[in-house]
Amino acid sequence: MLDRFRFVPARLLQSVPVVFGVTILVFFMVHLLPGNPALTILGQSATPERVAALNTQLGLDEPLWDQYFLFLKRLVTGDLGESLTYQAPVSGLVLDAIPITLSLLAFALVLSLVISVPLAALAASAPGRLPDMVVRVFTLLGQGMPQFWVGIMLILLLGVKARAFPVGGYGMTAAEHPYYLFLPALTMAIAMCPTTIRSLRASTINVLGSDYVGTARSKGAAGIALFRGHVLRNAAIPTVSIIGVNLGYLVGGSLVIEKVFAIPGLGSLMINAIFTRDFPTIQAVALFVALFVIVVGILTDVVYTAIDPRVDLSSKERA
Amino acid sequence: MSIDQAQPTGATASGHQSLVPGVPLLRVHDLSVGVRSGGRTVQIVEGVSFDVDPGQRMGIVGESGSGKSLTLRAIAGLLPKPVEVLSGGIEYNGADLLGMPAKKRRALMGPEIAMIFQEPMTALNPVMRVGDQIAEGPRRHLGLSAKAAGELAVQMMARTGIPDPARRARAYPHELSGGLRQRIMIAMAVSCGPRLLLCDEPTTALDVTVQLQVLRLLERLCEDTGTSLVFVTHDLAVVNQTCSELAVMYAGHIVESGRVKDTFRQPRHPYTRGLLESAPDFDRPDRALVPIPGFPPNVSDRPHGCPFAPRCGYVRDHCTEAVPPLTEVAPGRLAACFESDRLDEVLA
Repeated sequence: MLDRFRFVPARLLQSVPVVFGVTILVFFMVHLLPGNPALTILGQSATPERVAALNTQLGLDEPLWDQYFLFLKRLVTGDLGESLTYQAPVSGLVLDAIPITLSLLAFALVLSLVISVPLAALAASAPGRLPDMVVRVFTLLGQGMPQFWVGIMLILLLGVKARAFPVGGYGMTAAEHPYYLFLPALTMAIAMCPTTIRSLRASTINVLGSDYVGTARSKGAAGIALFRGHVLRNAAIPTVSIIGVNLGYLVGGSLVIEKVFAIPGLGSLMINAIFTRDFPTIQAVALFVALFVIVVGILTDVVYTAIDPRVDLSSKERA
Repeated sequence: MSIDQAQPTGATASGHQSLVPGVPLLRVHDLSVGVRSGGRTVQIVEGVSFDVDPGQRMGIVGESGSGKSLTLRAIAGLLPKPVEVLSGGIEYNGADLLGMPAKKRRALMGPEIAMIFQEPMTALNPVMRVGDQIAEGPRRHLGLSAKAAGELAVQMMARTGIPDPARRARAYPHELSGGLRQRIMIAMAVSCGPRLLLCDEPTTALDVTVQLQVLRLLERLCEDTGTSLVFVTHDLAVVNQTCSELAVMYAGHIVESGRVKDTFRQPRHPYTRGLLESAPDFDRPDRALVPIPGFPPNVSDRPHGCPFAPRCGYVRDHCTEAVPPLTEVAPGRLAACFESDRLDEVLA
């Protein structure tokens, strides 16, 4: 049984060169940004002499290649460098922000499933009928609305008008966090739902017409028991990979959403770092996002293998 | 077929209805199945009637598209959308299956009526262990615990001749051969001890060598427990092997019915005769095979009068004027043919 999960260590190993490539891309693309950290830090009081002095102090006057190798050397030892703006180790900043962003993503994922699964089941139970039409219109709307706009609308409706939720921030205590994260998570869930619902609806219709569902019916199964026992897991198989891809996109989306809701996660950290040309912080966040996407990819395959006993990614012939 | 023959079957008999004396176990009466779309109705099965007594084994034979499988699915309540029962009745043990609430009807599926499907490759849930799939029915209908139902599943697998059943119960369908999967299907079907087993070409997808084993198994299980069988197939040899009664379907109608032996010896409908003459007979390898000319009519474009008339060697003018009714042509023999009396030849 566990044999089928042998692919995980190999996949982790394969991701090392990918991460290496990401460091190259991230490092040089950051330095393509117009502007200069010294200029930003000094602001109005910048004179060419002071800028040059600060550049030397920050090590920014070294050749780019040397800077990259220094960055890489430190990275291997776990040192992400000092933030240029906060004058503090980047690793501390990133480590503080990671749990916030991850819990936001997890919350969004759970919400999107809670919304998608019943709606997809409802739509698939009577294709072409009214509930199906309504769900299809909903998915179309969901796909058409930009995420940041959905966020602003939710703030307006549920935050400002109905006063049901806070309009931003993360809350002070652990008990407050889910309450504060609800609206941003809902915003991201709404972005994820359309593709999930479409995929799940289509695969559920497919599964409902399959022979084995006929067999289950011939055993007297119906309704929720039939859906839970025989339909959902089979219908989920193609949807799992779509959710995996979506989650990857969503980290990118969370950058903007965190800004809209003033959540002190990776997104806010990243956007502030970009505005101040805080190179080490940008690099660290970008690196983490890349790692996240890689891990989600592997996790997707793990879930895929877990729910479908026929999948064997470990066998030599397929690799 | 006396009622005494029908013993309670399966592991527990507690959940079973008692048989109503004097009525057949299954009565299909003037059943029509088809599709209604807009104002138009297409009939696929037209006015089919037959009875199955307790312990009786009935074969329904016909070409693809003759409506035999839909007749069976109508009995099981598993017609694929948008096909539906248009008119007629189906009674199980005296109770009207079509009129009863869906929940009550579902409660019969398993302990009273069970079905075996044609394709063991696709008829099992690919992401569920086969033991759990067998245990599902007993858990639902016999109120067994997960553990007891699991043990029953292993017993059932042993009874269907699956070697090493305890280990195989933990296998997924794709890990088993077609023959084993069909045995799993059979174990699943008989797990609640049904009185009526509906088989939809259960051996068609199997190798010939495995076919015979599966047929023997079905036969043995039915004999042991007095279970009635409705066996749909296009294979006459399989019917000869397994069934005592025969109904031949053509273009949605039963064209001939009677005991298998009598019908095979002296068919009284030209279509039955054509079927028999077009199938090879290993006892008489020198006999020439005679195919039936032409094709079965399209469902939406059936000919006026007898549906078989355009392909029939015995056709007369009146055949195309009215549909011949299914009438008794000899004791226990029914045929829907105006010219049935001309078919008096005995096939050796």
